[in-house]
Amino acid sequence: MPVNAPAIGFMNPLDLIRFLPEILLTAMGTLMMVLDPLLNKRSSRLFGDLSILTLVAGIAAAIFAYGHAGPAFGGMLWVDGFATFFTVLVLVVGILVVLPSYRFLARQDAETSEFHALLLFSIAGQCIMVSANDLIIIFIGLEISSIASYILAGYLREDKRANEASLKYFLLGSFATAFFLYGVALIYGATGTINLGLVRLAQTGPDAPSPIFVGVAAALMFVGLAFKVSAAPFQIWAPDVYQGAPTPVSAFLSAGPKAAAFALFLRIFMTAFEPIGGGWEPLVWGAALLSMTIGNFAALLQQNIKRMLAYSSIAHAGYVLVALTARSELGTAAAMFYLAAYAFMNVGAFAVVSHLSGRGERYQSIEDFSGLAQKQPLTAAMLTIFLLSLIGVPLTGGFFGKFYIFRAALESHLVWLTVLGLLNSAVAAYYYLRILVMMYMREPSEAASRAEPLTPGLRAALILPALGTLVLGIFPNWVLDFAGRSSNLLR
Amino acid sequence: MNLLTVVLFLPLLGFLVALAIPRSSPQSSRVWALLLSLATFIASLGLLFWFNRGAAGEQFAIDVPWISTLDIHFAISANGVSFWLMLLSTLLTPICVLISWRSIQNRVKEFFAFLLLLEFGLIGVFLAQDLFLFYVFWEVSLVPMYFLIGIWGHERRIYAAVKFFLYTMTGSVLMLTAIIYLYVRTQTFQYPAILDMLATGRLTFAPGEEMLLFLAFFVAFAIKVPLFPLHTWLPDAHVEAPVAGSIMLAAVMLKMGTYGILHFCLPLFPSAARSCAPWIAVLAIIGIIYGALVAMVQPNMKKLVAYSSVSHLGFVVLGIFSFTQMGLDGAVYQMLSHGISTGALFLIVGLLYERRHSLEIADYGGVATVAPWLSTAFLVTTLASIGLPLLNNFVGEFLVLQGTALANYKWTIFASIGVILSACYMLWLYQRVFYGEVNGEHVARFWDLRPREWAAVVPLIVMMVWMGIYSHSFLPPVGKVTARVLEQTQINVPFRVELKLPAGMEANRAR
Repeated sequence: MPVNAPAIGFMNPLDLIRFLPEILLTAMGTLMMVLDPLLNKRSSRLFGDLSILTLVAGIAAAIFAYGHAGPAFGGMLWVDGFATFFTVLVLVVGILVVLPSYRFLARQDAETSEFHALLLFSIAGQCIMVSANDLIIIFIGLEISSIASYILAGYLREDKRANEASLKYFLLGSFATAFFLYGVALIYGATGTINLGLVRLAQTGPDAPSPIFVGVAAALMFVGLAFKVSAAPFQIWAPDVYQGAPTPVSAFLSAGPKAAAFALFLRIFMTAFEPIGGGWEPLVWGAALLSMTIGNFAALLQQNIKRMLAYSSIAHAGYVLVALTARSELGTAAAMFYLAAYAFMNVGAFAVVSHLSGRGERYQSIEDFSGLAQKQPLTAAMLTIFLLSLIGVPLTGGFFGKFYIFRAALESHLVWLTVLGLLNSAVAAYYYLRILVMMYMREPSEAASRAEPLTPGLRAALILPALGTLVLGIFPNWVLDFAGRSSNLLR
Repeated sequence: MNLLTVVLFLPLLGFLVALAIPRSSPQSSRVWALLLSLATFIASLGLLFWFNRGAAGEQFAIDVPWISTLDIHFAISANGVSFWLMLLSTLLTPICVLISWRSIQNRVKEFFAFLLLLEFGLIGVFLAQDLFLFYVFWEVSLVPMYFLIGIWGHERRIYAAVKFFLYTMTGSVLMLTAIIYLYVRTQTFQYPAILDMLATGRLTFAPGEEMLLFLAFFVAFAIKVPLFPLHTWLPDAHVEAPVAGSIMLAAVMLKMGTYGILHFCLPLFPSAARSCAPWIAVLAIIGIIYGALVAMVQPNMKKLVAYSSVSHLGFVVLGIFSFTQMGLDGAVYQMLSHGISTGALFLIVGLLYERRHSLEIADYGGVATVAPWLSTAFLVTTLASIGLPLLNNFVGEFLVLQGTALANYKWTIFASIGVILSACYMLWLYQRVFYGEVNGEHVARFWDLRPREWAAVVPLIVMMVWMGIYSHSFLPPVGKVTARVLEQTQINVPFRVELKLPAGMEANRAR
């Protein structure tokens, strides 16, 4: 029992307030499961509306909880600026994923409550992950989030690819969590605690454990987390899973769980393993460079848009790892900002893909985007904003995020990583440009001609992330300030 | 908020409104683009009233905090060099609108919207005084040009557009690294503040550090210029671009590179610039001769003009790296002249293309017989381009050669070959296209200049003559700025005191 933690005996009302977003999400998810058999088939849209409502309420609850920031449940959870930032981020991702899924699910005849319930459970898990301050709670959050997303990946039961995706994701994911759990066990053995702050303290005391134990534990946890964020060399699953999973789920996987896993990365490595930072820095340095390079060069060769976005998401994980390599508060803030910008642009791009994919997700090839600008100028314009942001053209969130990351890297004297990373982003421009070429410079394809008109929900699903991308690019001040203020609250 | 801000933001406003114009009425898009670009031009002319021709410093300065967390400012101002470059952009945009009036029939709304966005980016590049803001404009101008080439270009447009984008992008990420590095060192993006730190010795670079930073900036600019051997994107981009795209690319966009070298590379990294000068001068001379030789054998008119740009821009780079007052003045004057005369060349080639739908020289011949005014306009432009006295290019080339002679006489000898070669390829082009027998019935049906085309051509010809006869209208403000730049490059270079000798003595020594 940590000495500095308040005693656990009866529930403190403050604990419940700090845990409010998670409670809301879990309660509504369960309610949906119960409601489903009681309602007739026609009310399936209701579940979408309900989950958006819940997610909005969750954001309100998270902001309310931030007003009462502090530890909950004996220090196992810790609501601080960092946790609130990521809680709001994963909730926003949830909203942006639900919006395009209305039409998508209707097209695939798969409108059930489970989709939405599982999504809420997964997000609840991510909320726990980002505010956890204790390795066991982290593990529980990770599992809640992962198990729900394994099922989501295989949500379209009839689809072979979705089944393959789900199975692959599940098998490899379980291995990864096992690695993580080994690391937790080693830490507990070496330091006698699982509280992140105490683990850090234990390494500085007179009877500090051998740094080898801690190092091995850090390496094991690194493997588990690198898998979750799809960083090289643990990225192999990502292209298959993103391609096979239903498109809104791919959008979700590429933003929500990834952001939460990066939050863990930052929190664990910047607090518990901060004392051995010099030891893990080369490891993360290599993983960052490898992720950027493998992701970008492999993406050059892809013909399938979802696969291409999967490789691009590996590359972007590399950019965030650059921020982690910087090992500074500036780096943490940069990673936070980048993940927010990345969530908007990537979920937005996937929303366009899901809009265009048609029944049975027939249209997934890059060729299918030919002439989209002539058939649906608004869709094409929004995708242009997302792609320019992914390339890193100024006035978009993607540019500013990249700029901020490499600034943090240079402040930490990582000159070579910066040069190689930025050159990588010039390589990346090529494959994003291919889509622009298709949309604007080719004659309309079958897919573009058959694209459904935009429904209000879809319009919102495209315009909201585009606005987010532009606001983060032109007026990043507010988010930057918040990220900057929260990045030092970790310890 | 002053008139300069208005000039900068009018095109952006035009872009946003142009996006809202319904697709069904292309005529309103054209009219809107023309009105707006004319309004921008008139507003920029209005600035002349307040423009202080005797000042070496920045004028019309506006400085508004933008992203306060990182101390990024929206800081713009104009000096004797950037002011003329801004005027060049605002003058050429309405001309581009006029020239695209009929030749663009497909997706008219988007075309004019992108043209206005391009103008916004270009003006911004010349005015930005905050390195972050400069980079923003630098990249923003890339996107509309990419679309202009890629959507409205000729057969190989996609290849050309992607090549253009990737070349520039590669250069600019290196520059971004250097900009961030400078920020990390100085904690500011304010260009005047950084210069002040350099001047007062609060910021000093280790020699290797300075060289790397210089190269990071220089490569980005050299790709844009383009300096041999980084020029290979240019012929593709020019040949495939629509006429308006070629004009903006040649006349204004290439100047982003030379302006960047003059405005950033030299004052920031004087020692590195000086120690690289011989190498860069050699590359520039290779560019001058190589560009001219390749231009001579081109069967395609646009490609010929494109390679002639490589040659002419070589003079600009050579002039800058001569580190003499005359060389720098000439370089800037050559930038402006090249903008006018090469802009006019592409314009008239565009007019020929509208009539014959071919860029091959072999498809023409005897045009002078059927379209005398068109031929006269092209003749004046040709003569200007080869540097005939009393026309604009002569002034620039002469000053560059004179300045280079003061620095290194051998450079002048080799560079002069380029002048001779330019007369060869341009006059030969003129002969094959305009003289001789009328080549087939296509050419026989040519029409002469129409009122809209007159309106596009005349301003450029007037400028060629004006700049050739009375350079005093333009040179004094340029000279003030280049003198300041030269003075800034004296920092840390004590062994170059000889440059402070009067120009006459220098010239004597050189002889």
